This record gives sequence, structure tokens and C-alpha cells, in this order.
Amino acid sequence: MSEQEYTPKSKAGKWFNDRLPLLTLGAHLTDYPTPKNLNYWWTFGGILTFCLITQIVTGIVLAMHYVAHADLAFASVEHIMRDVNYGWLIRYIHSNGASMFFLAVYIHIFRSLFYGSYKSPREVIWIIGLMIYLLMMAAAFMGYVLPWGQMSFWGATVITNLFSAIPLVGDSITTWLWGAYSVDNPTLNRFFSLHYLIPFLILGLVVLHIWALHVPGNNNPVGIDIKKPSKDTVPFHPYITIKDAFALLVFMIIFAGFVFFTPNVLGHSDNYIPANPLVTPAHIVPEWYLLPFYAILRSVPDKLGGVILMFSAIFILFVLPWLDTSKVRSAVFRPIYRQFFWILVIDVLMLGYVGAMPAEGIYLVLARVGTIYYFLHFIVVMPVVGYLEKTDPIPMSISEPVLTGGAEPSLARKINDKV
Amino acid sequence: MIKFNIKLLILSFFLLISLRPLQSAEMVDPIKVDWSFKGLTGTFDRASLQRGFQVYKEVCASCHSMQYLSYRNLGEPGGPEFSEQEVKAIAASFEIEDGPDSQGEMFTRPGKPSDKFKSPYPNVQAATAANGGAYPPDMSVLVKARKGGANYIYSVLVGYEDPPPGVTLDDGVYYNKYMAGNKIKMPNNLMDGLVEYADGTESTVDQMAKDVTTFLAWAAEPELEERHKTGVKVIIYLVLLTILVYLSMKKIWSRVDSEV
Repeated sequence: MSEQEYTPKSKAGKWFNDRLPLLTLGAHLTDYPTPKNLNYWWTFGGILTFCLITQIVTGIVLAMHYVAHADLAFASVEHIMRDVNYGWLIRYIHSNGASMFFLAVYIHIFRSLFYGSYKSPREVIWIIGLMIYLLMMAAAFMGYVLPWGQMSFWGATVITNLFSAIPLVGDSITTWLWGAYSVDNPTLNRFFSLHYLIPFLILGLVVLHIWALHVPGNNNPVGIDIKKPSKDTVPFHPYITIKDAFALLVFMIIFAGFVFFTPNVLGHSDNYIPANPLVTPAHIVPEWYLLPFYAILRSVPDKLGGVILMFSAIFILFVLPWLDTSKVRSAVFRPIYRQFFWILVIDVLMLGYVGAMPAEGIYLVLARVGTIYYFLHFIVVMPVVGYLEKTDPIPMSISEPVLTGGAEPSLARKINDKV
Repeated sequence: MIKFNIKLLILSFFLLISLRPLQSAEMVDPIKVDWSFKGLTGTFDRASLQRGFQVYKEVCASCHSMQYLSYRNLGEPGGPEFSEQEVKAIAASFEIEDGPDSQGEMFTRPGKPSDKFKSPYPNVQAATAANGGAYPPDMSVLVKARKGGANYIYSVLVGYEDPPPGVTLDDGVYYNKYMAGNKIKMPNNLMDGLVEYADGTESTVDQMAKDVTTFLAWAAEPELEERHKTGVKVIIYLVLLTILVYLSMKKIWSRVDSEV
């Protein structure tokens, strides 16, 4: 991206900037040319940054009062809820914040899937994003263990036991992860340590994610490259900052609704029962954001097979840029792919639903159908549809909705409606 | 097409959330009570909390601990709001073990408002052994720890019945319509007139069950009133700020030939 060389006005600024070009970076971030046709699905990057910072700040305060010990963890959480000034508020922001973080990240990922943001030249942004998502799941899982309630304990037991499915060394690996012969105090201690570490790894990856984004620039709803920066783009500040701020505020209203009025609705009531290794809950369920993967795991009768399939469900996304054979990025101009996209959305929601249900009867059937479609979508539908599909005419540029091929005025309107 | 699907998506998401309680389909749905602490601006009924504390103290506390509460909580805003003297008197009516003193001996002294609620048994094992092998759960967060919350606790308290024909119960096991599996080891402790309410309210089983459930709901969420009040203010503030930012956004984007 060609930019004018930035020179600070003040002498001190120039002196500093020659030694560490922070002001140049600031100027780049402010002036960063952004497609002017971005819709509200593009505001979730900023929302996610807010979520990460909220989790880190509230988490640091919680860590000042939390005690990572099997005998004291549950009591220390109650201490936070009852005795720490605004402890209830900080904890409820943190626990609901995890859910809001995942809600936003799922919208962000599906936005990328719809508008083809993972495609060339943005593959590295996509892959870094997936690494962030993986770390988020690890952080969320370990965070859920920390209150040391029944679901904490049994969730940790189920998930760590997955590693015992690895042939030959599985049991040794599981024991090594636990630091004991079952989920116990050493497990809680290391989970706390890692739970504190991972958000900072995520923060580092977020920097790389944004850096990688600033090389090719943003994708946009019509999915075409910027032709004339002066016509097609607006400076990031104030145009995108104010729009992101508006979207963030709407998001915060929903967030606040959960925190203040139904702070426990997304959690499981069993997690207010202290962990008891001798009593297994009737249904062990993970948090809602992990349910689709839980459904995939349980849809396979074989333990190792289930584990492999569950991890494949995530890792297949890493090769997505090369599975998609379409030359057109945005699904706005891909009438066939667009239908499959919505089928995938419904499929993932259905998997999430059956993940919360007992793995039997109709739920098991649905889980299997859902799992098969999930993989078919990426392995078969994406390459084949991309190859065979006749895409709609795409506009010449962002600012001129003139279409290549048989342009007709009504189509331009149609595109505007869709976007 | 897209707009329609987004609606579908949002609908499915809420469907997903609303269907989650179906997991425990084997239980009878608890009775729905119109609690004063329900809703966005719900608050606790002060008199009911005080009566509920009395029921807890005279009935429940002989088996159930409430180890995360302190006596001082009884006088704090948003709770039963006993006066300072009353809280001191309540605390002082319990003998609390303290120490060791300078001689290394443990001793007992009258309770202070800063003390935690005294537990009826020294540990979980003792409580289990004294109650026919069933541990009477700590009641500090019981309302949050049961699906159905306050409605469920109330329902269990009034849900004792004679077992239907064909169901045989072991000694020390009772039939309860709302309990998961219908078998409960807690006997039906409430009977009309069991406690003599200080405020003269008639102590029917239903009244006592409601009062003690209200008390337990407060014990589980002592921050509820403050949370509701703060929440309303926060949402109003955010909505106003959102409107201002929206108008600013419209103004700023009016310079560009693009919609926001």
C-alpha cells in the first residue's frame, strides 16, 4: 500500500520518530484507506478487540482475589461475589464476556466465509485468525474449570480424557496433562497458569492479524479489489472508528443485558455445586460455544475416531483457502454457494443444539447427519461449486456499480439491496 | 434473501437457548411463583426475607450449612436489612469456636457480625453420617445451583406426597413430586404453625416455603437489587450514548457518497 511519508510537525516528535517510528504507525492506522462500502458485519473486528481487552482487564482483577487450589477455589469465587467491591460485576462481565467473545467471533468467522475474506491474498490473515480461535477455545475451557464446580471438574475430566484415545501413549499423555492420576489440584493450578498466559498470546496474534490485514487491506461486501483509493476508500479515522463505536455500543447494550439481568442464563446451574469427584452429573455439557464440536465428537461410536473428527472439524478450516476454487470472493455474486452457505449456518446451529442433548435416538441421528454435511460442505461442495457455478456479473469498482458482462441497470440495484 | 435468512438465524439462536432446559425432561415442571425479585427491576420483599431467615434459623439450620454468608450480611442493604442491634444479637446467639489463644487453646465466644454463619456439623462427612447417608447441601448458593432456581426450591418444599401405588420407599426416603427421581432423603419438615412469626403472619406451609425460598434467593444473589438498579442506569446511559454516536456517525458519513 503506497502512502505518503509521514513527518511529525514538532522537533521532539521528529527526534523520537526517527528512533522509533511510533508516530508513523499511528498516522498509518489513522489514515489507513478502508473500503467505503463495508457493512455492519465488518464491525466485529473492533468488537472482538474490545472483548479481548475486557477479558484481560477483568481477568487481572479477578486473579487478585481468586485462589487456585482445589479446596479453596469455589470459596474464593464466592468471596469475590460477596465480599470484593463490585466483585459480582467484574466476575459476571468476565463470565458473560466469554460468551459475548464467542458470539462475536462466530459472526466474524461466518462473515469471512460469506464474503470470501479468507481467499487470496488474505490466507495468512485467515490462518492467524483460526489460531486465535483455537487459543480462545483453550482459554475458555480452562477458565470454565477455575470456579471448581461440578461442570468445571467433569468438563475437565471429559476433555482431558480425549487425549487418552491416542494409541500407545494416550494414558501417559493424559496423566502428564493432569499432573496427577485424575483431574486434581495440580490440574487446577496449571489451568490457572495457562488461562492467564493464553490471552496475551492471543493479543500477540491479534497484532499479527491486523498487521497481515493492513498489507492487502480490507476485503469488502462486493469482494473486489480497490481500483482508485481516492474514490473507493475512506480514511479509517473518523469514518470507520465512529461506525465501529456505534456498533460496539449496540453490542455493549446486549452484553449489559446479560450481565445485569440474566448473568447465569448462559452457564450451567451445576457449576454452583462444588466439584465432587464421587458424584457424576446426569448430563455433562460444555459451554454453548463448544457444543457443535461436542456433537461431532459424540456422533462417532469410536472414541479415537470421534476425537480425530472433532479436531479435523477445526483443522479443515486451515486449508479452506485452497479448497475454495471460485475466482469470485463475495457470495453476493455466487447464487449457488450462497444457498450452501446458509445450509452450513443452519447445520452448525443444529449441531450446537444436539450437542446439548443426550447422545441418543433422534439427536444422535441428527448429529451424524450434521457432521457428514459439515465435512461434505468443505471437502466436496466448496471445490465443486466453485468450479461449476456460473457467478453473477461483478461490478467494475466499489464506487461504480457498473457491471462486467451483460450489464443491466436493475442488477446494480439488486446488488445494492443484497449488500 | 439475505435479510430473511438473518431473521431465521437470530430465531434459531434464541430457539437454541430457549430449548436448553429441555435436557431434564424427566422432571415435573416446578410451580411458577410470581416472585417480587423477578424481572428487570425486581427487589426482595424485606418482611418476607426476615421471616425466611427465621424459618431457616429454626428449621433448616439444624441440618443445612450456609457457610459463605456472614451475620453482617443480614444487615446490609438489599437483604433482610435487620438493624445493627438485631444483627449483633443474632450473631451473639451463636457460640463460635475461635483461637488458638496465647496458650494455644481453642475457645468459644459469642458470635460477632463478621463471623460466618455457624455450620451445624463440623464437616461434610459428619453431616452425611448424621443424615442417613445423604449430605444436606450447603444452602449459600442453592438457588443458583438448581435448574428452575427459586421455583424449584419452593416446589420441592411443598411437593411432598404419598407415593403412588406401586412405588415402595426405603426407610428414610420420602416421595416428592418435584424432586428429580421423585425420591428425597429430606423429610417434610414444614407443617402449619411450625414457627411463630414475629410479625404475626400466619405460618402456613405455603407461607413458610415462600419466605424461606425468598431468603435463599437473596442468600444466593445478595447483589441482586444493586445489580438490577445499576443495570437499568447502565442501559439508559448506553442507549443515550448510542443515539449520540449514531447521529455523529450520520453527520460524518454525510460527507461521503456511501450509506452507513
